[in-house]
Amino acid sequence: MATRSAGRTRRAAFAAVAAGCALVLAACGGDDEEPSVEVEENPDFPAGSTMAELSEAGSIEIGVKIDQPGIGYLAPGEDMPSGFDIEIGKIIAGALGIAPEDVTWTETVSDNREPFLQQGNVDIVIASYSITDERRQVVGQTGPYYVTGQQILVREEDKDTITGPEQLADVKTCSVTGSTSLSNVVDDYGAEPVPFDTYSDCLTQLQNGSVDAMTTDGAILLGYAAQAPDELEVVGEAFSEERYGIGYQHGDTEFCEFINDTLQEAYDDGSWAEAFEATLGESGVETPDPPELDACQ
Amino acid sequence: MSSVLYDTPGPTARRRHLIGTVIGTLVLAAVLGWVLWKLWSEEQITPDQWEAFTQPTIIKALWNGLLDTLRAAAFAIVLAVVFGAILASGRLSDHALLRWPSIIVIEFFRAVPLLLLIFFIFLGFGSTFGTFYSLVLGLMLYNGAVLAEIFRAGIIAVPKGQTEAGYAIGLRKSQVMRLILAPQAVASMLPAIISQCVVALKDTALGYVIGASGIVRTGEQIYISPLYNNPLATGFVLAAVFIVINYSLSKLATWIESRQRREGRAVVRRGATDAAAPAAG
Amino acid sequence: MYRSELISRLSDGFIVTLQLLGWSMLIATVLGTLLAAMRVSPIAPLRAVGVSYVNIFRNTPLVVLFLIAVVGLPELGLLTGSFFWRAVTALSLYTAAFVCEVLRSGINTVQAGQAEAARAIGLTFGQTLRLVVLPQAFRNVIPPLASVYIALTKNTSVASAFGILDLTYQLSDLIEDFPGSLYWNFFSIAACYILIVAVISGAAALFERRVGVSR
Repeated sequence: MATRSAGRTRRAAFAAVAAGCALVLAACGGDDEEPSVEVEENPDFPAGSTMAELSEAGSIEIGVKIDQPGIGYLAPGEDMPSGFDIEIGKIIAGALGIAPEDVTWTETVSDNREPFLQQGNVDIVIASYSITDERRQVVGQTGPYYVTGQQILVREEDKDTITGPEQLADVKTCSVTGSTSLSNVVDDYGAEPVPFDTYSDCLTQLQNGSVDAMTTDGAILLGYAAQAPDELEVVGEAFSEERYGIGYQHGDTEFCEFINDTLQEAYDDGSWAEAFEATLGESGVETPDPPELDACQ
Repeated sequence: MSSVLYDTPGPTARRRHLIGTVIGTLVLAAVLGWVLWKLWSEEQITPDQWEAFTQPTIIKALWNGLLDTLRAAAFAIVLAVVFGAILASGRLSDHALLRWPSIIVIEFFRAVPLLLLIFFIFLGFGSTFGTFYSLVLGLMLYNGAVLAEIFRAGIIAVPKGQTEAGYAIGLRKSQVMRLILAPQAVASMLPAIISQCVVALKDTALGYVIGASGIVRTGEQIYISPLYNNPLATGFVLAAVFIVINYSLSKLATWIESRQRREGRAVVRRGATDAAAPAAG
Repeated sequence: MYRSELISRLSDGFIVTLQLLGWSMLIATVLGTLLAAMRVSPIAPLRAVGVSYVNIFRNTPLVVLFLIAVVGLPELGLLTGSFFWRAVTALSLYTAAFVCEVLRSGINTVQAGQAEAARAIGLTFGQTLRLVVLPQAFRNVIPPLASVYIALTKNTSVASAFGILDLTYQLSDLIEDFPGSLYWNFFSIAACYILIVAVISGAAALFERRVGVSR
């Protein structure tokens, strides 16, 4: 998340999203192929480790976003979220021997991700959660499992006139109120700011022609573009870097090693790429190479 | 109807009114027709815009959202009544040390936009309170301040003889307030309090702005979903839900008020608006 | 640094808030007067429209009206160019319902004898309304009308959530650049609103003294 200021990406706290249901396809388009996730049978873990605990319990609680299509999104009235973060969550759970239907998905918002981890409300957080040094003081963050940066989303017909931030001068540009993304393009490129409370509101205004561009993390924009690949286009190179990581309890190095091994395995056997193609890849963007993982501290 | 303005119409006036009625009806039909045509030509009354609201999952989601909204409003009103009672007794106090802070608090919270207040609470304390209590707290402070003034008016509206009689039989000021004034005032304030509930319920929708769960947020989730993409239809459904609830509450308030009028009790006049006029005049 | 930035952003926001307020006040007053005239008219369909309008718009949360105006209207191809005018639309439609109610109850407070006397000397309905009832009603409505405008002032803040860079928007915008300035920002912005509110109350009081009659 490029949104630094706490709480500006408004999303309700503590709204637990119970998931006990079967492997329902909660896809938005309806025709997405859900990648099958490998579930380990009776994996073996050192006694007393977090992995052993979770594996034994047969369930895991994962903090995710539910308002970002393609990343973590819960359609109204559905029980099972969908998106790239969700797929990564299923891969981690699978390696613990936990089937996707035994995962409890809990909504986390930008504000409460650290407290949720510290207080143990969730076991891990996979919620477009940028790795920063400040956050690493209080929680564990490993990965990155995806690297993105601030980009621009435009309507298909404008993709040749707006090709990057340089063309944003005096262009009505929407982003979330108080976000660094918005001040970046306003201060550096002279864009005309249009602040809304949510990215979805921005998207609506972009689609109805009230604004001509929308800016934030490329991953978020790709998620929207994936919903309407014929109408929307993500343009330009990223002009900042955000590294999405997986949050865990501070100091649980053993667990961190396990997450890294699982991610590396998913990189190698192609299930990471498969997860990407089924979610953010729907936007038509090429599947990137998996990012290199940080070493556990 | 205000018959103040005209006599019982005679034959000429009746004919004139009939012509007026016909023309008026035609003009209104034309306006309505234009709106419907606009909605139709922009494909807003096609089934796909509205079918979302026939699906059980969507109805359930909206219902849950409504419950969240009602819960926030209920919390806020109960807390506001308590807060308002404290402020009102402060303002009616004989001690300047109690009275002045109460006056400042009341006037401040009545003059500041509620949304600004909610934003402030959310930005400052949102990580501890969460969105729900940020919203409830904002509503409590604002409605408490408004209710404090209603309570004060209710107390003042009790006939002076009541207070004097209380003192005459040797009651202290606090006893007069507790045993004589408050019980009589509460009954007369009921309509005004219910009206304030309508205001609070409407204002609960502001929670949408900070992302508190509620029916408006659910509505947003519906219309942004590419499956439905129906902001106008959703807006109308949300409005309809609030109109039904608030209209019923207003009718209840009017009914209680008229019943009390019949019984000859004093009634605190409900404001014609949800406006708060700090020291207007 | 912070202080000059605070002043410049607050004045930017202040101007936007005043523009919202001015236009909405104007449109709401015109529309509200029209509706009030409909509500007291002898023609039944007009009365019905007046009553329905008030019941619909007074009971809908402003946020929902904003949703309809800001997100819904462009679906009809209306006002796609301007967030400002969409915000003014929502605020005016909402406020007009309250203006209407204030004017109507103002008319009802004029004593029946006044209108009867007017008719007795042969004035028509229009003349009765214009020359006798409305001037008296006007005095009665100044305080409640001021309350409506004050409520409108505060309601303009909702526009900040819908793409308008008004005073309230500056609260979150300033925090972005000056973390830790929350309290100052809040009280400064609140002071701006209180200033507008005070001006409206003051003007109403002055006006009332001028046109008021002692009874």
